[in-house]
Amino acid sequence: MGAQGQRPAGDEGAVRDGPERVALTPAAAELLRTLTAKHGPLMFHQSGGCCDGSSPMCYGCGEFRTGASDVLLAELEVDGLAEPVPFWMSASQFARWSHTHLTVDVVRGRGSGFSLEAPEGVRFLIRSRLMER
Amino acid sequence: MSRYAAPGTDSALMSYQSRYDHWIGGTYVAPKQGGYFENPTPVTGQPFTEVARGTAEDVERAVEAAHEAAPAWGRTSPAERAQILNQIAQRMEAHLEELAVAETWENGKPVRETLAADIPLAIDHFRYFAGAIRAQEGSLSQLDEDTVAYHFHEPLGVVAQIIPWNFPILMAAWKLAPALAAGNAVVLKPAEQTPASLHYWMSLVADLLPPGVVNIVNGFGAEAGKPLASHPRVAKIAFTGETTTGRLIMQYASENLKPVTLELGGKSPNIFFEDVSDDADDFYDKALEGFTMFALNQGEVCTCPSRALIQRSHYRAFLEAGVARTEAIVQGNPLDTDTMVGAQASNDQLEKILSYLDIGRQEGARVLTGGTRAELGGELEGGYYVRPTVLEGSNDMRVFQEEIFGPVVSVTGFDDFDDAIRIANDTLYGLGAGVWTRDGSRAYRAGRAIQAGRVWTNCYHQYPAHAAFGGYKQSGIGRENHRMMLEHYQQTKNLLVSYDPKKAGLF
Repeated sequence: MGAQGQRPAGDEGAVRDGPERVALTPAAAELLRTLTAKHGPLMFHQSGGCCDGSSPMCYGCGEFRTGASDVLLAELEVDGLAEPVPFWMSASQFARWSHTHLTVDVVRGRGSGFSLEAPEGVRFLIRSRLMER
Repeated sequence: MSRYAAPGTDSALMSYQSRYDHWIGGTYVAPKQGGYFENPTPVTGQPFTEVARGTAEDVERAVEAAHEAAPAWGRTSPAERAQILNQIAQRMEAHLEELAVAETWENGKPVRETLAADIPLAIDHFRYFAGAIRAQEGSLSQLDEDTVAYHFHEPLGVVAQIIPWNFPILMAAWKLAPALAAGNAVVLKPAEQTPASLHYWMSLVADLLPPGVVNIVNGFGAEAGKPLASHPRVAKIAFTGETTTGRLIMQYASENLKPVTLELGGKSPNIFFEDVSDDADDFYDKALEGFTMFALNQGEVCTCPSRALIQRSHYRAFLEAGVARTEAIVQGNPLDTDTMVGAQASNDQLEKILSYLDIGRQEGARVLTGGTRAELGGELEGGYYVRPTVLEGSNDMRVFQEEIFGPVVSVTGFDDFDDAIRIANDTLYGLGAGVWTRDGSRAYRAGRAIQAGRVWTNCYHQYPAHAAFGGYKQSGIGRENHRMMLEHYQQTKNLLVSYDPKKAGLF
């Protein structure tokens, strides 16, 4: 995976080994297969802030350089894809989102930003629920 | 009430072309790969034009055209550039209504805002930087009797600007006016949701600008934004958007050791101290309007006052009045001059807002008003409308921590001054804030204690050109507006001159 070598030590392993934090809807999985066929292995980085903040940004794996300020929330297995799709978020944002479980969905639309699905006329979207305690 | 006719209909003030290519080198150029994408209006959800889908080849042509234009443009006198900026302002003023209708149709915002704020502010921005560049001076320092350091301002050359969709014309003006005043040529990429209104603007002012000084490449971030932000012949990148794309742009810029300015949004607190309610006077009325400012531009403002912090001693009564003011908002067709809240800019934006209303409820936030999509029916049936919403909860909820970018305010109470500042600063961001009090000393102390680039004090959502705007913390890097912005688009040339005929004596 292109993002290898960028994983911080810290508590990030504990995040991955803990309860499931991120899931995909069937539509999101299908879109990931389509995008992988065009662009190769993929990754997500969850955005924050204005405009298209709050949207999960989908890039070619390694296109976005993660570092010690990021947490790997999940390695999403997608049927038909050889490589899992890592889902990253900045650690500071995770501190404020960690009580919620995230489901990546797809809606019609045209987000800005550099996310790979935008030209397809669709947009990845986060739906959230509370983590079970 | 009056209603402007929809662009393209018989009595409309303006109409869009059916297609827009890239504006490169003073002419329209078809996209190299031949792709176009549809541009829908949020008012009805229907497409009204199609726009060239730019790729690296198109960006290359635009950067080349800008480089051809930049040397001569950079050598023009400040007076010449100021005159052109003033002429642009004058042309915009002569077509203010057309521009307002164009932006409303593309973005979904009410025309009363574009008429009264977006377009007049954009006009003033060009005038302001026309004045600022003429008044700007370099400096000289006499280092000793025979040695002088001169500091000159020089343009950077060719700069890249990536514009957001919430104020398609005003945000372009914020970036274009200082860059052009400082003598730079520009390659600009409008947002993929709102590319067309800027082309309409260009149709009004194109004859005033030398070919290649402003180039517009349309397209998606991954296809056109990336080659622009990572282009080695671009001297600076300016971006307004969100944090992940901001980091990505910094990464691209770092590959070429180029500077960036980034404006990445916030989660701005709006603080109402108890003395606001001391009297039921004009100031109290103004403060309630300040509370309701979260709905301005459908909440699609980086500085949306989306967290209202109300002191507990007047919490119930003030919040009740704030909810009543919110319920008095007129929502409807953005082309009606009475409409205060229009449509969200895109369907995915609408979906995102609804997803936040959902998690807000799950976290226990109370919906005091609104909380759903607005079904306006008729011709607006397919548009993207959300009812202005007041949520009540606590600052650790997601709806208090992330910019929803919709007409949604999250309200909580505070005990005293220190509690207010603690909550206000308990956020990743620091772009805007509001402070409301009748006590000038308290206002000053609060304004200085809040970690945000702008603290509106007894006002909100004013954007004059002569006040610096930008973020603390994760809200970005650099400033926009104010004459200090000129230096974000300039190199400093130091001539260190000796007038001493005698050698230094070292060799």
